[in-house]
Amino acid sequence: MAEKIATRETYGNALVELADKYDFVVLDADLAEATKTIKFKKAYPERFFDCGIAEGNMMSVAAGLAAAGKMAFVSSFAMFAAGRAFEQARNSVCYPHLNVKIGATHAGITVGEDGATHQCIEDLTLMRSIPGMTVVNPCDAVEARAAVEAAMQTYGPFYLRFGRFACPVLNDAESYKFELGKGVMLRDGKDATVVATGYMVHLALEAAEELKAEGIDVRVINIHTIKPLDKDIVVKAAKETGAIVTAEEHTVIGGLGSAVTEAVCEACPVPVLRVGVEDKFGKSGNVPKLLEEYGLTAKNIADKVRAAVKMK
Amino acid sequence: MEMTRKQELAVIAEKIRLGVIEATHAAGSGHPGGSLSIADILAYLYFEEMNVNVENAKDENRDRFVLSKGHTAPALYSALALKGFFPVEELLTLRKNDSRLQGHPDMKGIPGVDMTTGSLGLGISAACGMALAGKLNNKDYRVYTILGDGESEEGQVWEASMFANHYKLDNLCVIIDSNGLQIDGPVAEIIGPAPFEPKLAAFGYNVITIDGHDLDQIEAAFRAARECKDRPTAIVANTVKGKGVSFMENKVNWHGAAPKDADYLVAVEEIKARIGG
Repeated sequence: MAEKIATRETYGNALVELADKYDFVVLDADLAEATKTIKFKKAYPERFFDCGIAEGNMMSVAAGLAAAGKMAFVSSFAMFAAGRAFEQARNSVCYPHLNVKIGATHAGITVGEDGATHQCIEDLTLMRSIPGMTVVNPCDAVEARAAVEAAMQTYGPFYLRFGRFACPVLNDAESYKFELGKGVMLRDGKDATVVATGYMVHLALEAAEELKAEGIDVRVINIHTIKPLDKDIVVKAAKETGAIVTAEEHTVIGGLGSAVTEAVCEACPVPVLRVGVEDKFGKSGNVPKLLEEYGLTAKNIADKVRAAVKMK
Repeated sequence: MEMTRKQELAVIAEKIRLGVIEATHAAGSGHPGGSLSIADILAYLYFEEMNVNVENAKDENRDRFVLSKGHTAPALYSALALKGFFPVEELLTLRKNDSRLQGHPDMKGIPGVDMTTGSLGLGISAACGMALAGKLNNKDYRVYTILGDGESEEGQVWEASMFANHYKLDNLCVIIDSNGLQIDGPVAEIIGPAPFEPKLAAFGYNVITIDGHDLDQIEAAFRAARECKDRPTAIVANTVKGKGVSFMENKVNWHGAAPKDADYLVAVEEIKARIGG
């Protein structure tokens, strides 16, 4: 089994590692221990600003810093960064297209024990709907590190989605080339395609392996950049495999599943089935059990692929 | 203040008011009441206090202004036009389809606008960010932001106030345009954020109360703000909503309604009579 690292850990480490290479400051809203910006706070205290439990103010302060030429990372849990501060992200940051990077941790159901109020499963939907926002949901530590640096290199608003729960490292740190806005084909196949993002990517690979034994040849695409979506790779998959299943640790309403469905329907309509949280709130509990309960499993992906193939 | 200079600034304030009336009349919508109440303060800021002009509009060292009460954009646009950022005639395009002059300030499209605002409570936070950036970059520019008294009902104003005071942003000057009226009626009757002074003082501000139409008091307040170190200044400017147009003064219905032709002509005549020459 591959090494497991939570992408929030990578986020905190990346801020420190890249601090001398790029000029930026980091803001947090009393969650530095959890978002892992604490690492940056300890290493570069003069570039770290705790805003207290006031996420809306933090987001607009970051906009002001950026308007005065200072790139700012703002961190909180996804619920408060994308949810509480949605309007500030929209009006203060994105409408004037300022250089603010939202590093949102504790996204999705894998928050676990804290339960529904803290399990943000709507953030991709919210952030994707704002003009000019780049939305990135890395699948592992290697991709997360690359996404943080890409955000530093690319002017404009970013939403970076990180998880609390440790997940397998799929990519090789030495050889991995991150291309913003480009999907990654992890495995070729001709019968169906699983388009997965974030935590679900390794489960998509497991599902493909399971289906191979049954003679179903599945392509697996990792979409780290939810917006702008790599429509080419998705439409090509629709044309060549004729059926698509999306997988995200997020509501099926408005996130990756919707983005892929939109792209496919506009260019090459084929069956698209979505794996994700089915219009429900989360709940407290142990993460593996929660993933079972909400159908965020390799088994559910495989079941959906079988169903999609039958619809062809 | 020297009398000639005071008269010049008073005339500029009236020209700002004229622009507000011309622009909102041409637009057929907009917010004249709260635009007229800040005309004197804007005249002083843009023509006396801030080191801002067309030539240094992108200079890192320039002072910044954030209109947190963004709905009173007509007053800001009028001041910017008089400053030369765009032709005064362009004010007549306010809110129209092909115009740069959006209903609320848009820093990307409108020359001279330092921050996009309009959603209440957000501008003061952005001003804090600009002030913090000034400290980090060792710049000695100052940041000014005007809030409405009704706007202070937004919780974010107080989040920002905590931030400004915690980080000792003495390069930040917050002005509360206390004109006493908001859309639904008198501020005191809606939810009653007053008294401002003890609240602002409790949040750590250097608090100064002035008559927001008295140029001598405006000058004294901004000078005192410059002198104040290690904490931001909050100026409570007591003003008259609709100031300078007799039938608009202290009338809540002029918060968000544009003058139609008959009212427009009376308003223009009143203002022009004060401008003279």
